[in-house]
Amino acid sequence: MKLKEFIVAEAIIPQITATDRDGALRELVTSLAGAGALPADAVDDVVAALIKREQNGSTGFGKGVAVPHVKHPKVTKMAGTVGRSVNGIDFAALDHQPVYSVVLLLSPENAPQQHLQAMNAVFNNLQKDTFRRFLRQSSTREAIAELLDEADQGK
Amino acid sequence: MIADCDLRFAIEIKSHIANRKLQIMPSASRDIIVSNKLGLHARPAMQFVDLANQFKSDIKVTKFGDEPGEADGKSVMEMIILAATEGTKMRIDAEGEDAEEAVAKLKQLFEDKFGEGE
Repeated sequence: MKLKEFIVAEAIIPQITATDRDGALRELVTSLAGAGALPADAVDDVVAALIKREQNGSTGFGKGVAVPHVKHPKVTKMAGTVGRSVNGIDFAALDHQPVYSVVLLLSPENAPQQHLQAMNAVFNNLQKDTFRRFLRQSSTREAIAELLDEADQGK
Repeated sequence: MIADCDLRFAIEIKSHIANRKLQIMPSASRDIIVSNKLGLHARPAMQFVDLANQFKSDIKVTKFGDEPGEADGKSVMEMIILAATEGTKMRIDAEGEDAEEAVAKLKQLFEDKFGEGE
């Protein structure tokens, strides 16, 4: 699966305003709703579900990245986006380091295969040192979208 | 140019070393099938890696099927990248002094459906 099949470029946040995890999650989900990828009345529920998910176990898998994700009945179509924090956010990451790049993924229920394919696409890129470095350095929405495009093309 | 007998000798030494390595490094493996409905998503992958990290052995996970793959059983990212769905056939290989215990306990996770109940 390609990133562009579920990453909503218009919702990318090149500079997350929030300094804490829950605030960052809300910003990203609100941005997805603003781009029309999620019903506006679903924002609160989805944010609450994401926070609960983080409390059960951080999705900060280390190396400065976090991949908060949730399957939720109010999500009608799989959608994701990317947020970047210059100062870093405490995600209670596995390696106890701040998170600079957040990839959010929202999936409908009853589509576990699709969800796993999307996670596969995200992590295939996140495990690459160069991708993580470029993502952290990309300071505009366009630059991040371009990076994701290039990743899809295998560059 | 290497004479035939030299070559044979070299092969013998090589297999001797390989056998010795096998003797000092126990290994074990188990075939498994992903049986939980949601597949090997992030939470079970982390559960697996947490348990794998409690053993000294190296743990390797091989995924069979249309999109085969291999992962270090102690790396969350590599395990998630496997994207193993329900019904996927896999194998856990361990190499190290606690290899047998490691594969037995790791297989149990799959049999328990990672506590998901379905």
